[in-house]
Amino acid sequence: MAATETMTLNMGPQHPSTHGVLRLVLELDGEVIVKVTPHIGFLHRGVEKLSEYRTYHQILPLTDRLDYLAPMSNNLGYILSVEKLMAVEVPERAETIRIIMAELTRLESHLVWLACHALDIGAMTVFIYAFRERETVMEIYELISGARMTSNFFRVGGLSQDVPEDFVKKVSDFIDVMPGYLDQYEGLLTTNPIWLKRTVGNGVISAEDAIDIGLTGPALRGSGVDWDLRRDNPYCGYDKYQFKVPTGENCDTFDRYKVRLIEMREACKIVRQALDRLKPGPVLADCPQVCYPPKENVYNSIEGLIHHFKIASEGFAAPEGEVYQGVEAPKGELGFYIVSDGGNKPERLRIRPPSFVNLQAIEQMSVGTMIADLVAVIGTLDIVLGEIDR
Amino acid sequence: MAENNRAVLKLKEKFAASIIDVVEFRGEVTVTVAKNAIIEILSFLKKSLQYNLLTDLTAVDYLGKKEERFMMVYQLYSIPNKDRLRIKTPVSEVDCTIPTAIPVWKTANWLEREVFDLFGITFGGHPDLRRILMTDDWVGHPLRKDYPLQGPDREPYKGRLS
Repeated sequence: MAATETMTLNMGPQHPSTHGVLRLVLELDGEVIVKVTPHIGFLHRGVEKLSEYRTYHQILPLTDRLDYLAPMSNNLGYILSVEKLMAVEVPERAETIRIIMAELTRLESHLVWLACHALDIGAMTVFIYAFRERETVMEIYELISGARMTSNFFRVGGLSQDVPEDFVKKVSDFIDVMPGYLDQYEGLLTTNPIWLKRTVGNGVISAEDAIDIGLTGPALRGSGVDWDLRRDNPYCGYDKYQFKVPTGENCDTFDRYKVRLIEMREACKIVRQALDRLKPGPVLADCPQVCYPPKENVYNSIEGLIHHFKIASEGFAAPEGEVYQGVEAPKGELGFYIVSDGGNKPERLRIRPPSFVNLQAIEQMSVGTMIADLVAVIGTLDIVLGEIDR
Repeated sequence: MAENNRAVLKLKEKFAASIIDVVEFRGEVTVTVAKNAIIEILSFLKKSLQYNLLTDLTAVDYLGKKEERFMMVYQLYSIPNKDRLRIKTPVSEVDCTIPTAIPVWKTANWLEREVFDLFGITFGGHPDLRRILMTDDWVGHPLRKDYPLQGPDREPYKGRLS
């Protein structure tokens, strides 16, 4: 009998299905994976280190560059942790707009996931369709913040400014048509025999293993764990909204696909409820020690200008202590842990990135399967390297 | 109050000698424990009190501010009970090592590699303790307070010259 040996194959960092600069070193027995060794860090920018040298307001623009497919979710996580530290109460209108944007961001992030995941497995049409709808969300981003991706729209204590008049109509129109588009995607995929062959039984991870390896978000719910931070530890007023938390049964890629699609439908419902709740009112807390003054005060009064200058240059001093705030970002639990020593800059800012922890499961989910199935596993984990490498 | 927290009550009962401090701030309970009992305490919390998810594991550098330079931080979450608990333990610069938490949670693997990479704390019993974010040949540990922001051997950034 001829002796056989395994082969080592490099995949990435420039590989279209690794969703960024992820490098995998694979050990293969024929086409079957024996070992996966991920190499990450190509996008490391030292966000946590940089944060120690910036005031709390100045850190915000760094956060939307983490998971650049869901910028507002990152902003929300950071802002909520600072508000917890400072014990700032946020006006209701600001909270409602935050929820609308967070859920639109979930839609956007899941659309990109669906597009790329489907493309990786060979369904080109879905890619084009999903990016078409994502464009509408980008336009809403641009409408309210002026930027398509690096939104930097939320502020400690509320929002940077109120939304323009046509915001409600634009969001409402989008939410009306979105379920129809979701039906379109499902028509292309859910009963498609090729899709089923590639996803059913792929990347199986049991609920127990998933918790042990630290999976969160849709990846964990796909394994049947009924847990969602929005419902179980509500933040930002999510307790006032009704929505279902979908879970899977078979712990495979197809179930995670179904979970995310239902989540998109639920996100539409949450946005609809939020639009109904949207009442006129202030969008920034009345807390001059912490918040920026309204722009008309800055332009029209010397006190407002001085106030703005003070907040922009010095920031505010946070009480000594430490807080952790986790939010249900589209990819899982995104947490910000701030340690304050009483100064105007954090002593330590730790970002708990969902993709980083979720990516760890790649070995467990792909060993023993074929190399082509690994591509489906990367897709189903829904990783963003900007967040993994920070 | 922190004293009535379900985990604090049990920990005080079972590990009274190892508990250094219990703090509550903004509704979050933090328990600081001694390093030599950390794995025992973490596995007790997981097995008996259902803190089954290790949300996060990280470190803080208190250079010149505390007697023991580093503080390891474990953020625990209980999916059945929906509550959080933070466990901290001091690690000194001289004996800069702590037992690995991988036997309790597999999540700890990469998170500990990150702490090793950026803080230089070593984890006893870790099966694969390599750098994770920085390159393998990197010198120094960037998140330490004595590591300059702009990197070693470089002029500090003085702002724009305009």
